[in-house]
Amino acid sequence: MRIDWKSYNPGAFYDELISSPGHARKSGKILARYLSSLKSEDLQQRKTAAELAIKAMGISFTVYSEAGNIDREWPFDIIPRIITEKQWQKTSQGLEQRLRALNCFIDDVYNDQKILKDKVVPAELIAKSGNFRKECLGMKPKHGVWAHVCGTDLIRDTNGQFYVLEDNLRVPSGVSYMLENRKVTKRVFPELFENYNILPITEYTSQLFDTLAAISPRPADYPEVVVLTPGIYNSAYFEHSFLAQRMGAELVEGGDLVVEDDCVYMRTINGLSRVDVIYRRIDDMFLDPEVFHPESVLGVKGLMRAWLKGNVALANAPGAGVADDKVIYTYVPAMIKYYLGEEPLLENVPSYLCVDEKQCKYVLENLDKLVVKPANESGGYGMLMGPQASKKERAEFARRIKANPRNYMAQPLISLSTAPVLGERGAEPRHIDLRPFILQAKDSYVTPGGLTRVAMVKGSYVVNSSQGGGSKDTWIVSEEER
Amino acid sequence: MLSRVAERIYWLGRYLERTENTARLLTVYSNLLLDLPRGTRVGWHTLVEITGSLQDFSDKFKETDERSVNRFLLSDQNNPSSIISSLSCARENARTTREIIPTEAWEQINNLYLFTRDNMGKATARGPRHQLLQDIIAHCQQIAGLLAGAMSHNSGYNFLRIARSLERADMTTRIVDVGSFTLVPSLTRGAEFQEQNAKPFANMIWMSVLHSLSAYQMYRQHVLDRVNGEDVVTFLLQDTQFPRAVMHSLVKLQSCLQHLPNNEASLAQVSATLQYLHDANIPELLQGGLLEYIDELQVEIASIHARITATWFLPVVSEQQQSA
Repeated sequence: MRIDWKSYNPGAFYDELISSPGHARKSGKILARYLSSLKSEDLQQRKTAAELAIKAMGISFTVYSEAGNIDREWPFDIIPRIITEKQWQKTSQGLEQRLRALNCFIDDVYNDQKILKDKVVPAELIAKSGNFRKECLGMKPKHGVWAHVCGTDLIRDTNGQFYVLEDNLRVPSGVSYMLENRKVTKRVFPELFENYNILPITEYTSQLFDTLAAISPRPADYPEVVVLTPGIYNSAYFEHSFLAQRMGAELVEGGDLVVEDDCVYMRTINGLSRVDVIYRRIDDMFLDPEVFHPESVLGVKGLMRAWLKGNVALANAPGAGVADDKVIYTYVPAMIKYYLGEEPLLENVPSYLCVDEKQCKYVLENLDKLVVKPANESGGYGMLMGPQASKKERAEFARRIKANPRNYMAQPLISLSTAPVLGERGAEPRHIDLRPFILQAKDSYVTPGGLTRVAMVKGSYVVNSSQGGGSKDTWIVSEEER
Repeated sequence: MLSRVAERIYWLGRYLERTENTARLLTVYSNLLLDLPRGTRVGWHTLVEITGSLQDFSDKFKETDERSVNRFLLSDQNNPSSIISSLSCARENARTTREIIPTEAWEQINNLYLFTRDNMGKATARGPRHQLLQDIIAHCQQIAGLLAGAMSHNSGYNFLRIARSLERADMTTRIVDVGSFTLVPSLTRGAEFQEQNAKPFANMIWMSVLHSLSAYQMYRQHVLDRVNGEDVVTFLLQDTQFPRAVMHSLVKLQSCLQHLPNNEASLAQVSATLQYLHDANIPELLQGGLLEYIDELQVEIASIHARITATWFLPVVSEQQQSA
């Protein structure tokens, strides 16, 4: 399993490490040289070490379908991905800018609705949005921020330029894997860290705590912050537990919380104890059986009352998902201009809205070239990959689009960039994307890098861990060598 | 600390201790039975009795031989008191309290589970089995040491220690129970037969009782007389210094309880149990009534558990939720 870069061919795609067979990009030269210097048994031994570390650290995620063995070890590729600090700076600013605009938008939608009145965003899009919560109208969360934690998916085209694929504003996950990936890489390739200037990422959990503390309704030195999880059977339970542990916050389930006199308390061995901030990792519809799904046992009865009265802060705020909709997404560049008076620093992937008659016609005529996405799904579910789909599947999608055009948008298939993945026969190119995490309350913070997700199957574009995707450690490196 | 978390930590403590105790028992019995002639009353069935799972066992196995009992107590995933089941529960409780216990402790517990799961299939022969059990015991002690050294001695730690003490007290009464049942003729039917049969080995069997609790060395230092039933039972029930003696375990438990809020009911129950233990006249009980006494003592220990559960683990259900 030796690595020979001369026989590594990324083809027409933008490969992040190897620009053409045998030639590494400038920032990756040391890494490429180092990897090809390793003997086969050395490489195998590092790979095994990483697998053992992941097993021992108990880094896992849960798959619903596999009964009995619900806890799966995290799939990880040991070759890190390198992005230069210079490239990253602009991207990072663009992400921060984007979230600021999105928060202005959400706050506007639930209050004055100026952007709808000015017809920058069509009002009927909101009226028909599955993620619009009328219960939130008139609410003014602290700092005007609704989405405190955002995971934005980025991809790079054949020229290496970053594009925003989507913004996840409800309960984005993956940040714990980003942090653990770095830890595993440190165990596996400690020597590489001496040759590279890699921006550290460990700060995230304290930044998250500060963000959450900043929205506490009670001025206190140590606000009671809790992480609300649906429980051990949730696919991201590992992450919920991880974040609670790193923040020193309690990890609670719905049954641990109770609302009395419109305040939230948790049940402790000392009796009831007041809660100030809830970092909730359950969906809106399960938050409060009094307001949403009445049969939900994951949530807390009366939670919405407490939140609307301003007695507890929720992150992300209920209703924030109204901006996390693949149709609303197409208006983000317009929002940036409208609210901030700035030019967008990051571009969207060109998109076609099925709700627009002309664009819809184009989509229906070109289904074999496009990726069609439903407005409200996440995790890669319910998508049509036009070029790979069968005729029957395309016909079925055409029917669905005609039935509910508001619910669909389409994008051309962008050639995702690739990076080398260590396989049975050495390194092979696989498609990747990137999910950085952005925090906003009083201040903003962007993770240096993010979670790189890998489509482990050759030629595949599907990177979601729920559908067999893997991951890589992501390095933002400054160009000056140490 | 959340009530739910306290409960999980408590069970983590109990399952870890149970794992270690069961591994000790299997080790000691493997050694003891090599020394005894065939047909002695002490046999592999005794182990099944100690763990209180006679019914489960006979549902599945026809013969009470070395192979079946070891499989039942080590690797049978359907037996809730096997080592692998205890470890699996310990791991699950650790996994759901990862944000409370030190990360290394979770990693160690996870490792111990994976290690046992991957190696138990090979442990049918005595040699590898002995090694596996030794490894499990060493690993359990390492985890206990790690928790003592890396976890703040806060409420969570108190619940761990309470759980450990209670599990120890419970296991010790079971072992004394079986030892007495086997060896004290006046307590059983067919006394005469029993006496003749077991007498030559009495010393050895009481020694093994001590060994199964790692108590032999400490007993010899404490009791200067040769090993005999009266002293062994007194030592294991009433000694205040030996960590696995019932009295010591309960005193430790009492001191941990003192650091917890709303502890009145639990403390009262522990005091009552301690009094009951203190009042026992062992020589007299050995003449008759020891088995009944131990039954009653186990009921007392179960009451401590019930008090703890009612005070700290059961949710305080508010009126609003009750009406829902």
